[in-house]
Amino acid sequence: MGIGTEEGRKKHQARSGWLLSLPALVLLLVGASGPLVIVAVYSFLKPGEYSGVQWIFSLEAWFKVLLEKDIFDGTISLADAHLAIFWRSAKLSLLTTAVTLVLGLPTAWFIATRPARSRALWLFLITIPFWTNLLIRTFAIMEVIRNEGILNTALLALGLIETPIQILYSGTAVLIGMTYVYLPLMVLPLFAAIDRFDFRLIEAGYDLYASRWQVLRRVILPIIRPGIVAGSILVFVPSLGAYVTPRVLGGGKNMMIGNFIELQFGQGRNWPLGASLSMVLLLIVVVALLIYVRTAPQEDRHD
Amino acid sequence: MKKILLATVAILATASFANAGDTLNLYNWGNYTNPDLLAKFAAETGITVTVTDYDSNSSALAKVEAGGSGFDLVVPSANYVPVFVAKGLLQPLDHARLANIGNIAPEWVDVPWDNGRAHTVPWQWGTTGVAVNTSVYSGDPNTSDIFLNPPAELVGKVNVVPEMADVMAMAIMHEGGVPCTEDLTVLKRVRDLLVAAKPKWRSMDYGMTEKMSNNDVPASVNWNGSTMRIRANNPAVVYGYPREGYPVWMDSIGILSDAKNVDEAYKFLDFIMVPENAAMISSFARYANGISGSDAFMPEAMKTAPEIVVPAEFLSAGQFLPTCSASAAALQTAIWTELMK
Amino acid sequence: MTERRKRFAIETLPGFTAIAIAAFVMLYLPIVTLVAYSFNGGSSVAVWGGFSLHWYEVASQNAAVQGAAARSFIIAASAAAIATTAATMAALGTTRRGKFTGQTFIYLMINQPLMVPEIVTAVALLIFFASIKVATGYSGLGYLILAHSAFCIPFAYLPIRARLEGMDGAMEIAAADLYANPWQVFRRVTLPLLMPGVAAGAMLAFVISLDDVVITEFVKSAGQDTLPTYMLGQLRRAVTPEVNAISTALLGMTVILLTAFFLLSKKRD
Repeated sequence: MGIGTEEGRKKHQARSGWLLSLPALVLLLVGASGPLVIVAVYSFLKPGEYSGVQWIFSLEAWFKVLLEKDIFDGTISLADAHLAIFWRSAKLSLLTTAVTLVLGLPTAWFIATRPARSRALWLFLITIPFWTNLLIRTFAIMEVIRNEGILNTALLALGLIETPIQILYSGTAVLIGMTYVYLPLMVLPLFAAIDRFDFRLIEAGYDLYASRWQVLRRVILPIIRPGIVAGSILVFVPSLGAYVTPRVLGGGKNMMIGNFIELQFGQGRNWPLGASLSMVLLLIVVVALLIYVRTAPQEDRHD
Repeated sequence: MKKILLATVAILATASFANAGDTLNLYNWGNYTNPDLLAKFAAETGITVTVTDYDSNSSALAKVEAGGSGFDLVVPSANYVPVFVAKGLLQPLDHARLANIGNIAPEWVDVPWDNGRAHTVPWQWGTTGVAVNTSVYSGDPNTSDIFLNPPAELVGKVNVVPEMADVMAMAIMHEGGVPCTEDLTVLKRVRDLLVAAKPKWRSMDYGMTEKMSNNDVPASVNWNGSTMRIRANNPAVVYGYPREGYPVWMDSIGILSDAKNVDEAYKFLDFIMVPENAAMISSFARYANGISGSDAFMPEAMKTAPEIVVPAEFLSAGQFLPTCSASAAALQTAIWTELMK
Repeated sequence: MTERRKRFAIETLPGFTAIAIAAFVMLYLPIVTLVAYSFNGGSSVAVWGGFSLHWYEVASQNAAVQGAAARSFIIAASAAAIATTAATMAALGTTRRGKFTGQTFIYLMINQPLMVPEIVTAVALLIFFASIKVATGYSGLGYLILAHSAFCIPFAYLPIRARLEGMDGAMEIAAADLYANPWQVFRRVTLPLLMPGVAAGAMLAFVISLDDVVITEFVKSAGQDTLPTYMLGQLRRAVTPEVNAISTALLGMTVILLTAFFLLSKKRD
């Protein structure tokens, strides 16, 4: 067997490591990663007449991601509609990230500064929504912001408004929904970062005559920055690909890229375009993750 | 909990005995199938029908064409039946197995989209118009300007049901064209009209029966039967027949080529052509059916409802939606895709 | 005096507590409302019509809901079992041994479902499975179980790996010294020690599978609605308290499993 020699032991470990991981790898290959290759292939085919594809190589779908041909005069211009959807998705995702950060940082701070015993309970309270069905949470928000929902009913009863405020089926509704749905994803990594934070550093800061603002900016923020980056990525990535929340709260008009991709496989009747748009979305996510991976080790070096 | 356990056992049982036997998978428009009808069918034949919803002809076509959907029956609109047939997705009907085929009302037998009912039998037919909540807008509802040039009261509030054929036909007729026109000057006007109107819409969504009943939406492009159901819950809502032109449609039910439960499917088709049963379909979704003699079993309210009985002055504005040529369909899809962005 | 002012400043930055409390209220108010209205006697979601279990009765007698619930449980239980087995093996294969070639690749593969947007995976599976369905004629629950098993793997893997890393190898070495063969060592020593991690992983996988909407929506065949996809279908049209009742039942299930998960992970200390 060769166990005993360092070389042989390593080889044996590698082999058994791979063998043990094999079932998981096969499952993932068939049920998750492998099919992504098919999507890539489909993005280079021609759309079928109503749905599906024709097995003819074509760059049309990729061309359509960025450019569009006017149906009447044939002029080619930038596909501003696609860009608009990407821009709306990016804008809503960035806004969601920003709002969850503004709400999440104090929340994580609050939890981390509780006494050890109640801290576990507060943490548990944040975790429950995190594991709860996304659809249920979206539905819960819908019930709050509907024209006859509790928010409008309460405001009407208090006499603050005379007609219900239309929130449902707007960009604002999608933003509220996504903030609500993804807030725990921001709080958890922030908490992990703050929890490890040595509070004596703040004391040291004050001792050196730093103002509160200076302490926050110069001492606290740099140290919990990895938590901020991790939380932002965790919120930004799923927001960008969000499908359920914009579908339920956006009313079919405030589509995000995820909904637009689905549309191509149904009413839009253009599978290759749906495939190429999926690839673009995947690419953006990979870039975001790479940025994260590249910034993370640097943070470690600072420590 | 006990019921769930029983259901689990039932599913495990059917899963292990792969040939499903006494089940039938119906793929139908959402909120369109009377549960009592299925209960009656189960009582008479012992066959359990599972219904899966779709909300547009094109999503139904996409799912069926993708293959392996497992559905036995589908209910496409008239303009989509030829597409299903051309793609070989519907199997020809053996009329010898349908004892009640003679019950189809004569005017619905030799229809242009399925001559002699070779592939489908009628499910329901109706019109597409606009539903307006008069407490929000009290003006004339009988115009497609409700959504194409919304009055001030409805700007930013009107919903458009995203069913391409209906919306495109209404817009084309509004601009003086015929439903499947290939006239580029008309189509260009249609596109400009729709693109200009879209910012004034609140949403492009389905499910108006509930959303207009509970005041979430004050006006929408909508189907007549759905509007009658809304009026029952929310009397302020009226149905408008656009005088510029509105579509008349029929949804027909056929057996899919890859259906696994063909015998059961035939039984179901025969069952729904019994006048009493056809009336059950109508009494739920509130659209007319195409079966002679079903009138006797129809709910009294439907015999006089303004949504069902088209007023004489609007009769001529209704046009049956034909199946568009491939080139006309391509132009409509292009405009529609631009609109959906 | 200065000392106290500073302590105060350290613990609570200005406005932080207020925002935190507001965030908790914002997180729970909608859920509490949803749960409360599932007990509403009236048929409106906005008007309170007295306490009643009416909507639970309606939901539990609805054949579609029964079928969907049963299907959800079958899929979640199968997927959790498969994913946990595969994840346990993978964790044993990648933890507590030297770095080996391809380890990073294995990590990447296992965590892939956490990184790729769900909608992209859903679309990919739709295309892939559709062609298999046509080729084989099989359109049963197998596809959903396979897809769920795959995306549950990382969730099962993480707690198992964490447990394994915290485990001391001494017991296993002692057992091997006492002439236990590798299988006996695994069965009698490693697995019992690893069990809390495995149980925690299985529970997370179960919850994740139970809650999935997007992938199920794209992969399901005729009559294969799960509770979440059934709800998604309902949400687009009727918002009746029946949906509240189903949500509350699912919510209760999740909370019970999570509580068990936390108790299990506490045992580690």
